Amino acid sequence: MSHYAKTEPGVLTRSLTAAGRVPDGVRDWWAGASRWQRWGIYGLALLLAIIAPHPIIASFMSPFTDWTSLLFNPIGTFVLLAIGLNIVVGQAGLLDLGFVAFYAIGAYTLAYLGTAHGFPFWPTLIMAIFLAAVSGVILGSPTLRLRGDYLAIVTLGFGEIVRITAVNTDEIGGSRGITPIPHPPNLFGVEFLLDPLPYYYLILAMIILAIVFSLRLERSRVGRAWTAIREDEDAAELMGVPTFRFKLLAFAIGAMVGGLAGSVFASKVIFIAPTNFPFILSATILAAVLLGGAGNLPGVILGAFLVAWLPERFRGFADYRILVFGAALVLTMALRPQGLLPSRQRSAELKGGTGGGTKTTVRRRDRDDDTVEVSR
Amino acid sequence: MFDDFVQQFLPSTVGGLAIGAIYALVALGYTMVYGVLRLINFAHSEIFMIGSFAALFVILSVGVTAPLTGVALLGFLLLLMVVAAAVSGGAAVLLEVVAYRPLRRRGAPRLAALISAIGASLFLQELFALFVIPDVFDRPGRIDTAVPRIVDRDVLFSIGNADVRTDQVIVVIAAVVVMILLDQTVARTRIGRGIRAAAQDPEAAVLMGVNIDTVVRLTFLLGGAMAGVAGVLYAMEFENLRFNIGFILGIKAFTAAVLGGIGNIRGALIGGVGLGLVENWGAIFFGSQWKDVIAFVILVVVLLFRPTGILGESLQKARA
Repeated sequence: MSHYAKTEPGVLTRSLTAAGRVPDGVRDWWAGASRWQRWGIYGLALLLAIIAPHPIIASFMSPFTDWTSLLFNPIGTFVLLAIGLNIVVGQAGLLDLGFVAFYAIGAYTLAYLGTAHGFPFWPTLIMAIFLAAVSGVILGSPTLRLRGDYLAIVTLGFGEIVRITAVNTDEIGGSRGITPIPHPPNLFGVEFLLDPLPYYYLILAMIILAIVFSLRLERSRVGRAWTAIREDEDAAELMGVPTFRFKLLAFAIGAMVGGLAGSVFASKVIFIAPTNFPFILSATILAAVLLGGAGNLPGVILGAFLVAWLPERFRGFADYRILVFGAALVLTMALRPQGLLPSRQRSAELKGGTGGGTKTTVRRRDRDDDTVEVSR
Repeated sequence: MFDDFVQQFLPSTVGGLAIGAIYALVALGYTMVYGVLRLINFAHSEIFMIGSFAALFVILSVGVTAPLTGVALLGFLLLLMVVAAAVSGGAAVLLEVVAYRPLRRRGAPRLAALISAIGASLFLQELFALFVIPDVFDRPGRIDTAVPRIVDRDVLFSIGNADVRTDQVIVVIAAVVVMILLDQTVARTRIGRGIRAAAQDPEAAVLMGVNIDTVVRLTFLLGGAMAGVAGVLYAMEFENLRFNIGFILGIKAFTAAVLGGIGNIRGALIGGVGLGLVENWGAIFFGSQWKDVIAFVILVVVLLFRPTGILGESLQKARA
């Protein structure tokens, strides 16, 4: 809002802005990195993820609780959820405050079909993802005509509707929840029982799948349509982008990833109840996405990791973690509203006015998908 | 089913009016802030919660042991409302200074303000659950805290098969009186003119010499005060408080604001009462455990078919 006088930033603001140059520098290096350098980083990240459950790493990452369990939940589940929500919030720019609903739908589908009807794991997983997508469309088709704040509140309402419905429906256990949820079957000779390690690798595989999927989408026609919608919906519509259909698609795809996260979560924990899916979880995932930098996948993953890990690492503060979390949200928004590792395009947007069309952005995007762009 | 509805229609209506009046008071805060800043003050629900605990604090400090009557009751209620309105109004102004003003100064996107609001909301809830309720009220932070009864629940009169209790009458009358006061403040005073001007066109208002920061502060103060009064009435009517009572009630109040036409002060009254009534009538059919779901479905339906609400959007158009 331009009519408010801008004041000189204080010491705190200035020092935090200075600290912000470090991730900005990383991002600039990344933008200029060659293909081989990038693949090197990907490989390193993957290697790190694979050896993450090692006891040496565990000893300093999580001295108080079982690290491998933490790696699965909350870290793995949060990362997967954040990737899903990033499609909706980061790429399409739709504010969803009820993302936990899809997580719940995925978890409940797997739990209910597996427990009451003895459905096998993999087909049920597919079904759960499908159902989550359908519910995304059901939520989206009436509400996606709304914009910004209104959409946020309606999605929040949807999240609550799903939770209250779970509480009030005896068929799926009501407030007592569902148990015992069957574990996944053996895979490549590995048994899925109580040991969290196989589950961690299961969710890691899902995360990698989701990352690849999400990146491919971002650089496709769909991804460009989302960017156009996010930056100026009216302009996108005028340019011939069927905005409603693409927004619905964003909702459905985001919901699929959320449903996937829910199913994988349910397959390990044996017991789920409506209390597993509170509003605070939606807010936490959203905070993870925004903290990391909406629209930028590495940032989002980093954000989800931090939001999941920090409260567990500093267990002494367990009681205060929502308090600290709330204060951190206010502070982050006041000092670095673009998040820790924002995408270049997004941060240009957030500076306002230009719609993200800075020179650097144009250059980077040209290189990323020049062939496609030219051929259209 | 239909017999049930006929049987319970009037009692539900009475209950719906009482809760609807509370929704309406809280909705005013959303509507005014949205009118001026185009911001959903998500933490407004916590301002309401703070008001209800301020009322409880006064009740416990004064040491009310038996329900009051007559002039004593009237005076005491007035005291409660003044204190709660002051506390809530103050908290709302503080909230604005801490959570929203830095963002406005930076010209941050509205999305950032909403996230900041969610953060503030969580912070305030936890502040009460962890510190205020255990330390000040000497109660476990996360369970219900009972409010001593200050009004007898005797039947004042009956309409058909519906008994109307004293407390329900007080809630509705108090809410209507306070709302008329606010409506007239906004419509007739200098302050109100500033608020309407800022809602209509902030830049023009600034050019005409309106101090926008003062207007924003006053908007939060007035909206917060309304939430404080709502907190008093809620504490009196439901006699149970908890750190998170604001959450669902806040969403419903926002629904009420949208239902009446966001930014529209008279719309908030209509929206609040309308929501209270429909929700209670719906509960006859579906059972009271579905009340919240009914409210959310109404929100979606209203936004779909009449996104500007019953009376239409905006503080400036409705002359109120």
